[in-house]
Amino acid sequence: MKKRSNTAVQLKAAAIGCGIAMTLASTQAVSAPRDYISIVGSSTVYPFATVVAERFGKTTTNPTPKIESTGSGGGMKLFCSGVGTGHPDITNASRRMKKSEFEKCQAAGVSDIVEVLIGFDGIVLANSVKTKQMSLSRKDIFLALAKNVPAPKSMQDEFVTAQTLVANPYKTWKDVNPALPDVKIEVLGPPPTSGTRDAFAELALEGGCKKISWIKAMKKQDKKAYKSLCHTIREDGHYIEAGENDNLIVQKLDANPNALGVFGFSFLDQNADKVQGSMIEGQPPAFDTIADKSYPVSRPLYFYVKKAHVGVVPGIEGYLAEFTSEKAWGEDGYLAEKGMIPLSTDVRQTNGADIKALKAMSGEGL
Amino acid sequence: MNKPSNASTERIRKTLAKRYRTEKRFRLYGIMAILFGVLCVATLFVDIIGKGHGAFRQTYIQLSVDYAPDVLGISDINDTQQLALANFSGIVKNSLRTRFADVSGRSEKRQLYRLVSNSAEYELAGRLKANHGLLGQSEKVWVLADDDIDTYFKSLNSRDGAFVGRTNDTQQEWIQSLIEAGEIELRFNTNFFRSGDSREPEQAGIGGAIVGSLFTLFITLVLSFPIGVAAAVYLEEFAPKNRLTDFIEVNINNLAAVPSIIFGLLGLAIFINFFHVPRSVPLIGGLVLAVMTLPTIIISSRAAIKAVPPSIREAGIGIGASPMQVVLHHVLPLALPGMLTGTIIGMAQALGETAPLLMIGMVAFIVDVPGGITDPATVLPVQIFLWADSPERAFVEKTSAAIMVLLAFLITMNTAAVVLRKRLERRW
Repeated sequence: MKKRSNTAVQLKAAAIGCGIAMTLASTQAVSAPRDYISIVGSSTVYPFATVVAERFGKTTTNPTPKIESTGSGGGMKLFCSGVGTGHPDITNASRRMKKSEFEKCQAAGVSDIVEVLIGFDGIVLANSVKTKQMSLSRKDIFLALAKNVPAPKSMQDEFVTAQTLVANPYKTWKDVNPALPDVKIEVLGPPPTSGTRDAFAELALEGGCKKISWIKAMKKQDKKAYKSLCHTIREDGHYIEAGENDNLIVQKLDANPNALGVFGFSFLDQNADKVQGSMIEGQPPAFDTIADKSYPVSRPLYFYVKKAHVGVVPGIEGYLAEFTSEKAWGEDGYLAEKGMIPLSTDVRQTNGADIKALKAMSGEGL
Repeated sequence: MNKPSNASTERIRKTLAKRYRTEKRFRLYGIMAILFGVLCVATLFVDIIGKGHGAFRQTYIQLSVDYAPDVLGISDINDTQQLALANFSGIVKNSLRTRFADVSGRSEKRQLYRLVSNSAEYELAGRLKANHGLLGQSEKVWVLADDDIDTYFKSLNSRDGAFVGRTNDTQQEWIQSLIEAGEIELRFNTNFFRSGDSREPEQAGIGGAIVGSLFTLFITLVLSFPIGVAAAVYLEEFAPKNRLTDFIEVNINNLAAVPSIIFGLLGLAIFINFFHVPRSVPLIGGLVLAVMTLPTIIISSRAAIKAVPPSIREAGIGIGASPMQVVLHHVLPLALPGMLTGTIIGMAQALGETAPLLMIGMVAFIVDVPGGITDPATVLPVQIFLWADSPERAFVEKTSAAIMVLLAFLITMNTAAVVLRKRLERRW
């Protein structure tokens, strides 16, 4: 009897102790003001945001912002979960905020959001400089890399309405388009977990997919089937998953002149002695063509700022100023050196002014 | 009588050679298994050390810097505002231009400026801040070389030929001239152990990650050791044997085998979303890892308590000690070495963990070295993961070097566990 009561008392004490510890921890967390900026979001923007954050931390008295690479979608989810120092101040995105995300933000009380378009990122298809430069259309890319393609016969006969799909039969680039060289289709690219692959599928594959009129019509009827047709990459050995490490792809291209690789523009820029970008729709991937959007496989890079946190968390305005300064996002800025494609001068000026005024986005046209 | 035994000895004799052979083969399989394991470990170590040893030394370039007030834009040295905004990159560029006077053209100049790391300007700013008398003077300073130059310079003497990387011929000529003048050299990389992460490989260090790991482990230890020991003592010494305790026991054993990512999800749901503990700080990391190591500590502590002979307890009770006194005065001190060993192994496991930290925001870019348990921090294995993912070539050796440091910590902890057990263990 005595033994039991003894242990019961001990247990109770332990429970109370734990409770106190937890409440202490939690109250401290809720009331504690955060003195550093918390940033989440896209892994594509991560290399640029981290450079800015590091410079900002070194040149000001503010601590260096903390940046988590959660992916665009994950970042939005965290960003839109509420207002208060427990939630991030900024989220990076390699696409624009979706309407559904904007509404979710509004519902959680994140009403004023400042949208910042920082620049562009191009995705390139490149091969070794030892061989000839390729010139492809998005349709070629779709036909060469999609898992299922329209049966070649129906491609020729525009009047056939009942369209059939077959597993991708093309073995060489010449099969896809007689104008292309007679070389085996061999493309090294990132695995499905990568954002680069998503963007590549969306911009290059879907871009080519849409060129086929009956598939385009399918989008309205059966969006799911349309998406799975246009976004699924073949798995029969012609598309080789080469890991997330773009450096590795560059090395493999150097060793195998017949292969093409898919990676971000910054890696092409840094390895121009080894690889050359293929022309897409007649445009070479270059600073200017990506900036003026004539090169089609490029995506905008954004970040979003919670206006309610400006003034609460110190340094947000300073971080914005550093990011939108000419020495960072300008044409010769250090972000361009890391491979980001800058905006045009007048867009930079108007956007810069809006950002300085902390103009909140309206949510229209998303 | 002799005949049957003769027959059986004959049979035994016949099979004897075969049995010896099988025996030998059996041992050989075991030896081969061990050799295979040793070979794998050796390859791993050779590979990591071969790649990573370079990171402990870093390339420095000597510049003769002229702290010209007009270039810096400082008219009054005591004005901190002016000092903060001063154009230190200007004097770095000037000194490079004076050193290589024949460089002309915009693109060639940009190549030249890329020889030194951008940390050079912060280094000079620090020097001037510390010694105001330098204004208007000039001095020779060793500054960090850029990461491309560093990789190239380190590979100059390698057998496979130099790794050119992103350096071009002109830059290589400049480096040659620096080598001849003795103005470029490798130095021990103290920066690697002192500073936090950086996007510039030459400035990146594991100092922040080590401190983050220490804070996190501290929280883990403070929480999991007392709770684990209390649970073990209760279950082993006081708990009545019934369905409920059996159920708890089974669950503890199961929890020890649960994949660690699950604990991360639990931490996210309970500690962050419900208790509002901030993300990315050692506090939350320590909480999650404490929950993760609890089963390990409870199981090993129970084993240690079980190993204390019942005669000790009986003797204690016999001379009139209460059950609590028996536990506190006799059982616990005797079981402590075993408990500590289990705890150290649990801590070593926690030190190497990344998966649960992924969910609670500790996989992040953090430059500042954390100063407390509520500062954002990352830990050693996460730092390795982040560097392995970076595009810059110079991060390859940093990654391997960080692995070496992590392994050194793990080996030290496990050795401590072994030594502790050998020293304090008592056999009955």
